[in-house]
Amino acid sequence: MNDSNLLGGQLLFAIFALATCLSAVAVVVSQTVVRMAFWLVISLGSTAALFFLADADFIGAAQLIIYVGGTLILLVFGVMLTASSPYLKIKSSPGETIIGGLLGLLFMFAVFSSLQGVEWPAPPTGASAVTAGSPEGNTLRPLGLALLGARPDLDLHDGDTLSTGYLLPFEIVSVHLLVVLIGAAYLARAKRKSAAPAEGLES
Amino acid sequence: MMLAAQSIAGFLEGLVGDTFSGWGIQHVLAAAIHAVLLVHAFALSPFLFIWLERKVSGRIQDRLGPTRVGGLFGWLQSLADGIKLVQKEDLCPPAADAMLFKSAPYFVCIASFAAFVVLPFSSGWVAVTADCGLFIILAVLSLEVFGIIMAGYSSGSKWSLFGGMREAAQMVSYEIPLAICALVPIVAAGSLNLGEIGGMQRGGIQNWFIFHDPFTFVAFFVYFVVATASCKRAPFDLAEAESELVGGFHTEYSGIRWSFFFMGEYASMFAVCGIAGILFLGGWNTGLGPIDELLYAARNNSVDSPIGSYLANVIGAFVFVLKGSAGVFVQIWLRWTLPRLRIDQVMTTCLKYLIPISCFLFLGATIWPLLLATATQRSSWTPEPLGARFAAEVQEAETTEAFERQALNDGEEIQ
Repeated sequence: MNDSNLLGGQLLFAIFALATCLSAVAVVVSQTVVRMAFWLVISLGSTAALFFLADADFIGAAQLIIYVGGTLILLVFGVMLTASSPYLKIKSSPGETIIGGLLGLLFMFAVFSSLQGVEWPAPPTGASAVTAGSPEGNTLRPLGLALLGARPDLDLHDGDTLSTGYLLPFEIVSVHLLVVLIGAAYLARAKRKSAAPAEGLES
Repeated sequence: MMLAAQSIAGFLEGLVGDTFSGWGIQHVLAAAIHAVLLVHAFALSPFLFIWLERKVSGRIQDRLGPTRVGGLFGWLQSLADGIKLVQKEDLCPPAADAMLFKSAPYFVCIASFAAFVVLPFSSGWVAVTADCGLFIILAVLSLEVFGIIMAGYSSGSKWSLFGGMREAAQMVSYEIPLAICALVPIVAAGSLNLGEIGGMQRGGIQNWFIFHDPFTFVAFFVYFVVATASCKRAPFDLAEAESELVGGFHTEYSGIRWSFFFMGEYASMFAVCGIAGILFLGGWNTGLGPIDELLYAARNNSVDSPIGSYLANVIGAFVFVLKGSAGVFVQIWLRWTLPRLRIDQVMTTCLKYLIPISCFLFLGATIWPLLLATATQRSSWTPEPLGARFAAEVQEAETTEAFERQALNDGEEIQ
């Protein structure tokens, strides 16, 4: 965002931050599972919008495609396929509410205290702002370059050789995910296969 | 972020003066102008295409189609439809979950509208320039399915639920080959920036990525089939199959909310055809080498003749819209020509045929430059634009790295 764009930027930030927080609360408060999913979509979508506002286009789009487009649709599918009645309600007892609230507060305390301990680097100025790539500050180029081993943001020449990049770990993780996917499909298939011949024998 | 807004922002900066400059008011105004223009592009494309659908379907079935409203070709038919739909009662069935039921159409509409934000209409004529424009479009278009699931689930009707389930299964499955097919020209271009991809195909029809190598040529047709399916158009419109499912996920909807679904559908038809136009068919380039060069020169000459540059961009936008509309026309033509597939055939087509085909095309497109390099004994196996770009970027990164380290050392010395 441009410096002179304070009005638009801050206003939009306020709107999306508010939407993120309020719909996150609504996820907890609402009792229907699908409504929870609906509020979760708004919360995660607004988080993606916050990423876009921070010029992190790639992370914003990844947030949309992975969490909203992928995980949540899976969740809704699960609810639709497993729910015993059309509008399943979840009611929590007062004890559960209190325990849940306490846990939430504890988690918030933990997050706050660890955030306080972090020494934040100064916002990039001059040369490092230039390395962010194009003038819009898109994060795609630096991310891609880092994947290939070019890390302009690190001081690599202090003894170490050039970094090898993250391409190999990335590929290993994706192949691993593929193996898990094929394994899951195989497991789901094997049950039906063993059931089918048994029926055939009985009849 | 609003790189394209800069010209308008610069113009307004002079207009508004220093009074509001601290507020960034010119950026807000420029953003507002862009948003209004985009909303019009988004709203007018369904307006046009619904009329086209009626007219083309009429002609294919040996009818005249709309003739009454607005003169000779009934071109105001969509407006008449719109007025009728606004007047209709906004019904919400008692069995429905009212909040979800009412908000679902907006989800579909917003998702397909958001795709227009990163879609470049001409060189630099794009609301948001993003390095990963294609990725953002694909991410945003994948949100549409959520509105459809919501609509199907919250209607409180089994027809809607069946329709929503079918639709969701179909759209989620077809997203995979859609993304892989879109990656095939990306391998040739070496960029996800839709503006850059369009610019690379300047200078004649032979530079269009559809003719880049055999794999992109096939990928275009696979992409078009998949895009038709992911817009839930016939022959893949199982979710709305009137004869079996009454009306699919929008059975219970009426009036303006019902029309929102159709606005979303027609707008996303244009969006996917526009992506096809940019990725495969040269974007805003005419395909005639000399004319392309002329327009390119005029476009870049914005300092000397701003009007000429503007006109060149208008021609570019016209060419782009023409390409997108041609794609939509083919989709309409297909709808009224081909019979509908069964749901299991739809899923088989995707999972057993289109996904393997698109994976093969993607692999082929990555191996192709390697084969070409072996055949022609070239030293570098990366295609020219990609190889040159990568080398330049690594060098740039390393020089800035050195520069920054210098700056860092200086800072330490001062401390």
